[in-house]
Amino acid sequence: MIGLGAYLIVAAVVFTVGVLGIFLNRRNVILMLMAIELILLAVNINLVAFSAFLGDLTGQVFAMFVLTVAAAEAAIGLAILVIFFRRRGTIAVDAADRMRG
Amino acid sequence: MIGAIAFYLFATLTIASSIAVIFARNPVHSVLWLILAFFNAAGLMLLVGAEFIAMLLVIVYVGAVAVLFLFVVMMLDIDFASLRSGFTRNLPFGIIVALVLLAEMIVAVFAHRAGPMLAGSEIPAARVPNIVGIGQMLYSRYLFAFELAGLILLVAMVGAIVLTHRRRGDTRTPKAWRQLRRHPGTAIDLVRPGTGEGMKL
Repeated sequence: MIGLGAYLIVAAVVFTVGVLGIFLNRRNVILMLMAIELILLAVNINLVAFSAFLGDLTGQVFAMFVLTVAAAEAAIGLAILVIFFRRRGTIAVDAADRMRG
Repeated sequence: MIGAIAFYLFATLTIASSIAVIFARNPVHSVLWLILAFFNAAGLMLLVGAEFIAMLLVIVYVGAVAVLFLFVVMMLDIDFASLRSGFTRNLPFGIIVALVLLAEMIVAVFAHRAGPMLAGSEIPAARVPNIVGIGQMLYSRYLFAFELAGLILLVAMVGAIVLTHRRRGDTRTPKAWRQLRRHPGTAIDLVRPGTGEGMKL
C-alpha cells in the first residue's frame, strides 16, 4: 500500500520543479505564473495527503482556500500582464523598470 | 495492487508533465502540459479519497485558470524566443538550488517518522462521505473563512476588470442619463389634424 511518504515526495518534486521554473524562466512572466501554479498545486497535494492520512477533513477545506487564492492570483496576475504588455509591448521582467527599482 | 499502479501512473505523469511545463519551448504547450499535470494531481487526490477537492481542481484549474492562461498566451502577440535568452545561463544555478531544496524536503519527509503522529500508512475509513464532511465543516466551523474566500474572489474579479478595462473614444454607446431623463409628457405629442389641413411640427 502507498504510504503518506510517497505523496509527500511527489509534492516535493512538483514544488521543486516549480521553483526551478521560476529560476529558469527569469524573463517570461507567463511561465513564472505557471510555475507559481505548480508550487500551489504541490502545496495542495501535501494538504490533501495529510488530511486523508490523518482522517481530518480540515486539510481539504484549507486546500480549497489555497485553490481560491490561486485562482484570484492568476486572474490579477494575468490582468497586470495584459496592461503591462499594452504599455511596453513586451512581457520581459527586465522591462518593468519604470519605478527604477 | 491496482491502487499502487494508479498511484505510480498519476505520480509519474504529474512529475513528467510539470517538468514539461517549464521546459516547453512554446508557451501554449506549457499550458497544455499544465492541464495534464492538474488532471493527474486530481487523480492522486482521488486515490486518497478526496473526491471533492479533486473535482474542484479539475473545474477551477482546468476549467478556469488554464483557459485564462491559454487566452492570454494566445491573445498577446509576444516574441517568446527572445524571452528565453537567459535560460541556459540560469540553468546550472537553478538546478543546484532545486537539488538542495529537493534534498531538504525529502529529508524532512523521512524525518516525519520520528514523530508519533502518523505511524500507520493506512488511510482511515471515512465516517461520512467526503463531500458531506467538507460541507459540514465549511458551513459551520469555517463559515467565516468561506465567506472571506468569496470576498477574495469578488475583489479579484473587480480588480481584474478595473485593471484591464479601457475606455475607447470611437464607440457610440447609448447615453443612459438622457434616456432616463425623458418622460412621456415631453417625448410624446398627440395631435389630431383636421382633414386637409396638415400639421405643424
